[in-house]
Amino acid sequence: MTTLGIFLSLIFESLRFFAQVPPLDFLTGLQWSPQTAMREDQAGQSGAFGAVPVFLGTLMITGVAMLVALPIGLMIAFYLAEYAPARMRAAVKPAVELLAGVPTVVYGYFALLTVGPAIRGFAEAMGFAVPTQSAVAAGAVMGIMIIPFISSLSDDVINAVPQSLRDGAYALGATKSETLLRVVFPAALPGIVGAFLLGVSRAIGETMIVVMAAGRAANLSANPFEAMTTVTVQIVAVLTGDQEFDSPKTLSAFTLGITLFVVTLILNVIALIVVRSYRDRYE
Amino acid sequence: MVNDTALKLDVGRKFSEAAAVGGAVIDLAAAKAEEKAKFVCRGVRVHYGAKEALHGVDMDVPDAGVTALIGPSGCGKSTFLRVFNRMNDTIPGARVSGSVLMDGADIYAKGVDPVLLRARVGMVFQKPNPFPKSIYENVAYGPRIHGLAASRGELDAIVEGSLKKAALWEEVKDRLKEPGTGLSGGQQQRLVIARAIAVRPEVILMDEPASALDPIATARLEELIDELRKNYCIIIVTHSMAQAARVSQKTAFFHLGDLVEFGDTRAIFTNPKDQRTQDYITGRTG
Ligand SMILES: Nc1ncnc2c1ncn2[C@@H]1O[C@H](COP(=O)(O)OP(=O)(O)OP(=O)(O)O)[C@@H](O)[C@H]1O
Ligand SMILES: [Mg+2]
Repeated sequence: MTTLGIFLSLIFESLRFFAQVPPLDFLTGLQWSPQTAMREDQAGQSGAFGAVPVFLGTLMITGVAMLVALPIGLMIAFYLAEYAPARMRAAVKPAVELLAGVPTVVYGYFALLTVGPAIRGFAEAMGFAVPTQSAVAAGAVMGIMIIPFISSLSDDVINAVPQSLRDGAYALGATKSETLLRVVFPAALPGIVGAFLLGVSRAIGETMIVVMAAGRAANLSANPFEAMTTVTVQIVAVLTGDQEFDSPKTLSAFTLGITLFVVTLILNVIALIVVRSYRDRYE
Repeated sequence: MVNDTALKLDVGRKFSEAAAVGGAVIDLAAAKAEEKAKFVCRGVRVHYGAKEALHGVDMDVPDAGVTALIGPSGCGKSTFLRVFNRMNDTIPGARVSGSVLMDGADIYAKGVDPVLLRARVGMVFQKPNPFPKSIYENVAYGPRIHGLAASRGELDAIVEGSLKKAALWEEVKDRLKEPGTGLSGGQQQRLVIARAIAVRPEVILMDEPASALDPIATARLEELIDELRKNYCIIIVTHSMAQAARVSQKTAFFHLGDLVEFGDTRAIFTNPKDQRTQDYITGRTG
């Protein structure tokens, strides 16, 4: 019910937005500057609402985050599920899961004050000029935040792979690593994909880290060391400050919101289907 | 070394017929036949943590034919079966002592790699456990990890040959790419046998391989076992007396972690020497 309510209000506001800005401009426009730029053809209307840079920023930062979270999270999951002695497991698992409980503002500070300057310092040492706020800094820290999602879910999934499959592999003379890579991992893959998709939707929805560490400038760039912005950040940006409620600027927030909503909904549904079909396979 | 109870039971029995060796009553007629032994077990004990599940088993498993392990639930049949391919090594807390010679070489000696041993001693489990891969990949898995095929053609040949030996080829030759988990229970069990055969083992261990199968699939499996015994040493655990009688040439009866009686299947079923064996096969215990 609530979901439906949110969805309907978003749709309603989006329709009002599209009454003022052509949908094609929104989806394919390369410039996003709701505050400043004036469109000559639409006197009195402010801003340019090409959402491509915003979408690409989200994609870039999510990509960096998953690049960090997936390998580390998987390694932790495999270690916990297959190699860690029971006592180690009992200690490591809660410690990793603690990462998920850290407020995102704290991650934001970490990105802004530690990771960002570190990346800049490193880049400068290599002879490049890089801003403190960058997609890499935000993405990397977001990746750390997502590690427990990946590791915890994957660990569960790996544990759910029936022991009989491992026994079958061992009985054929497979070593531990052969069993892990060629039997357990493929068997757990659908569940791991599910964990990955949930991680992605978590990354897409994350706001605070990006506000603090990646900036608000909607740069259209393929360079991850540039400052970038994401859908969520722009929603916050256009809604803060005094605005008429039905200006396209404000309404654009709802349109961004609905896009975000639809994308994460699809991701979550796919993840659920994948995980469920995986469960069915063994019961 | 000699087990007290076995000794007591032997009292009053003609020693020309039976001799007590380490707790087991060995059939002299069988011993006389001087069959080549594939495995020679002496004083095999298995502990799970502090609990002893097998109390010193002496047994010579013949090279040819099918040896059946029978006995009531929890008597240690599966535990003993896992001694032969060192699968007990994969169970946390399990410890094996005593000596087990395979073709004269101690498989528990230092320097013996259980991984290589398991390529020589295949195993089929109670519940069919095909990997969630295609039928082809299931069979090809072993040859791949052991590098048995130099080319795709060779691998194809191994897969086909193994499926034929497992009497499954005709049923699956047109759908090798389909998942192995999609086969019926009986087909899955034969797939798993093909998977084991593909690494060219000398021995195949089977732990209640038919317990999840219907009578028709069971009959097919028994036919297959009868066929396989020409080329492999087979050790099978079963809860079905009838099955043991049908498929095996030797039978070993276990009770509470002891090997009570071991000898020709026919002799065990028609003329058991130990009261416990008799009670079990006539259905009074277990
Ligand atoms: N992994 C294990 N950990 C602890 N104890 C075990 C384990 N496996 C078996 N045991 C114990 O060892 C004894 C022998 O078990 P085993 O599984 O070998 O019996 P079995 O003869 O195969 O029984 P069944 O006919 O029910 O399969 C039992 O008392 C059992 O509880
Ligand atoms: Mg058993």
